Amino acid sequence: MEKIVFYILAMIMIVFAVMSVTSRNVMRAIVFLLFVMLGLAGIYFMIDFFFLAAVQMTVYAGGIIILYITSIMLVERIGEPLDKPKPIHQYIAGGIASLGAGMSLFAIYNYDFDQVTEETTTTIADVGRTLLNYGDGGYILPFEVISILLLAAMVGAIVIAKSYQKKESSN
Amino acid sequence: MIEGVSIYEILTLSTLIFFIGVFGFFTRKNLIAMLMSIELILNSAAFNFVIVNKYLYPEQLDGGIFSLFIIAIAAAETALALAIIINLYRLVMSLNTDKLETLKN
Repeated sequence: MEKIVFYILAMIMIVFAVMSVTSRNVMRAIVFLLFVMLGLAGIYFMIDFFFLAAVQMTVYAGGIIILYITSIMLVERIGEPLDKPKPIHQYIAGGIASLGAGMSLFAIYNYDFDQVTEETTTTIADVGRTLLNYGDGGYILPFEVISILLLAAMVGAIVIAKSYQKKESSN
Repeated sequence: MIEGVSIYEILTLSTLIFFIGVFGFFTRKNLIAMLMSIELILNSAAFNFVIVNKYLYPEQLDGGIFSLFIIAIAAAETALALAIIINLYRLVMSLNTDKLETLKN
């Protein structure tokens, strides 16, 4: 049963990922990307990592996609399709991508993974204890650094998006 | 782990998504569309961390924590990149990479 659900999710994700990088309407491409993100969240649910699935859905599917849609509405002419890539570029890119995929898959299938068989559930309490642990194997320092990074990114985004207008008025 | 699904199948899925993202990054000419391909690549990388953690070292949590950090950094990176792109659009009125050569002059 879980196997069937996994294969359906995998199929959805691959089809929508391909459509997302080939669609010439940028608004459709972003909606296809949304389905890939939701598929990933579904797989996170299947491996019993609920917190990460929730983060994937709120941050990626909720936040980042909305950010993209807003900026597409600001800068793109929605009805106009994107430029068609040159066929030679498409062949070269397809060649490089399939070569890389082939090499990676070859390496993966030739490596003997030492898999476990029991299912483990990661609870939110585990995640919280690991993130706020200051002992061995704790992640409190990166956690704090990430919060500083998010603050810096927020201030930076405001400053960058504002600066052009400011310069114009001062000249 | 998922019942009946081995790590090979899941790693195949994440490899395919990664290289679909690479293909999109090479072929797209629009800045926002290129950024979307980068999102695909980042997603599959975070996915790989979680899968290796869950299938090989289920008693530890480091892979999951790392993918949380990847998601946080990706959100910051997207916000900054879109701010730069909107600012650039005001300057050149285009997002086509062939037309964005203002630094050369």
